[in-house]
Amino acid sequence: MCLAIGGTVVSVNEDMAVIDYNGLRKQASTRLLPDTAVGDEVLVHAGFIIQKLNADEAAELAELDRELRSYGL
Amino acid sequence: MAYERGQNGGTDIFAAYIRLIGGLAQRLDYDEQRPLTLMEVCGTHTMSIYRWGIKRLLPDNIRLISGPGCPVCVTPEQTLAQALALSERPELTLASFGDMLRVPLGGRSLLSARQQGADIRIVLSPLDAMQIAIDEPARQVVFLAVGFETTAPLTAAVLEQARERHIDNFSVIAAHKTMPPVIRALFSEGTAVDGLICPGHVAAITGARAFDFVASELHKPSAVAGFEPADIAKAIYALVKQAAQRRCVNENCYRRAVSEAGNVHAQALLRRVFEPAAAEWRGLGSFADSGLTLSAPYADFDALARFAPSYETPPAQTACRCGDVLRGRISAGDCPLFGGVCTPQQPQGACMVSAEGGCAAAYKYRER
Repeated sequence: MCLAIGGTVVSVNEDMAVIDYNGLRKQASTRLLPDTAVGDEVLVHAGFIIQKLNADEAAELAELDRELRSYGL
Repeated sequence: MAYERGQNGGTDIFAAYIRLIGGLAQRLDYDEQRPLTLMEVCGTHTMSIYRWGIKRLLPDNIRLISGPGCPVCVTPEQTLAQALALSERPELTLASFGDMLRVPLGGRSLLSARQQGADIRIVLSPLDAMQIAIDEPARQVVFLAVGFETTAPLTAAVLEQARERHIDNFSVIAAHKTMPPVIRALFSEGTAVDGLICPGHVAAITGARAFDFVASELHKPSAVAGFEPADIAKAIYALVKQAAQRRCVNENCYRRAVSEAGNVHAQALLRRVFEPAAAEWRGLGSFADSGLTLSAPYADFDALARFAPSYETPPAQTACRCGDVLRGRISAGDCPLFGGVCTPQQPQGACMVSAEGGCAAAYKYRER
């Protein structure tokens, strides 16, 4: 039930946005995140944008690398 | 797209965390007889863990169990009886998430009611339910609103819209629940759980800080986790590391979607439309402040007040051990009905019928 998927906002019109999921486009409500902007990567749950996604992968990979080395893995 | 970028990197990150867990587990003061026991309280985590075979990749001294994280599983019999009673009215359309349809109640279900002519429609969003009301003004449309803090703001947003647009033929059965009171109750019962994997999309709404109490008040390590295998493995590793270092904090392991404060706009909306109330959790009992009831300005959207259905709640099926499965006291395979009388084709209890129930997951992936 907590299924939510990430997509990219391609347009916003009042309280609805069009989200692109790797080529598939569907609408989602912006009512829970009213400052949603075009280009944002967002998390969508049951037709509503619930959060904005931010990538901290580079930092995470660096941290992971350090930990693996500390175990000699 | 975060997931696409991580496709190969994602597998490598998952493998890396599994290796880290394996390496660190050897230094733990836990063994196979008394393993480090970590509980998740989210049906979507239950499914992800089974789907990716994560349990089998963990060392023998680490054990994962499922708690009451499946909102379909914990929807009380009374709520289902109310929904069934309302669906019998010819002028009424009941709209529901699909996974509620097969939940059994004394030999009936929403699916069997639909097969007998009730107008019950599956929706993917409460917005779709409101749209039915807009498209069919002659019908009364009732949305069966179940789910935790991830889903409750959606119902709140839809009710706010229904108010703005004067949609009079729309109402809801307010059956949303919140996690913290049940988590508190589970730990105070003295369950042998050493750490909590916290639901990442609930936390996207509530903020990671909503789970700080697990460490600060219940004195158990907790980790907010996402849903990809790498996310889950990362959270498990964080908990194992806390256990090894004898630390006890709430860690946010899903920073790409979860902030400390969460979605404050959604939280404010929740407070406007709902207020906390005592709620019954199927198989577990009643817990104060664990449910969401409509606030006074929105009370006219309460379907139960609007229609006052008469209904009977059949007594619980006594051999069903869903309550113990939900508490994490027994695993699915320990229930005498599992796999025999109780299968996904003929579920006896909610844990088997819900797509995210612990028993359905165990049956589907052939693990006990």
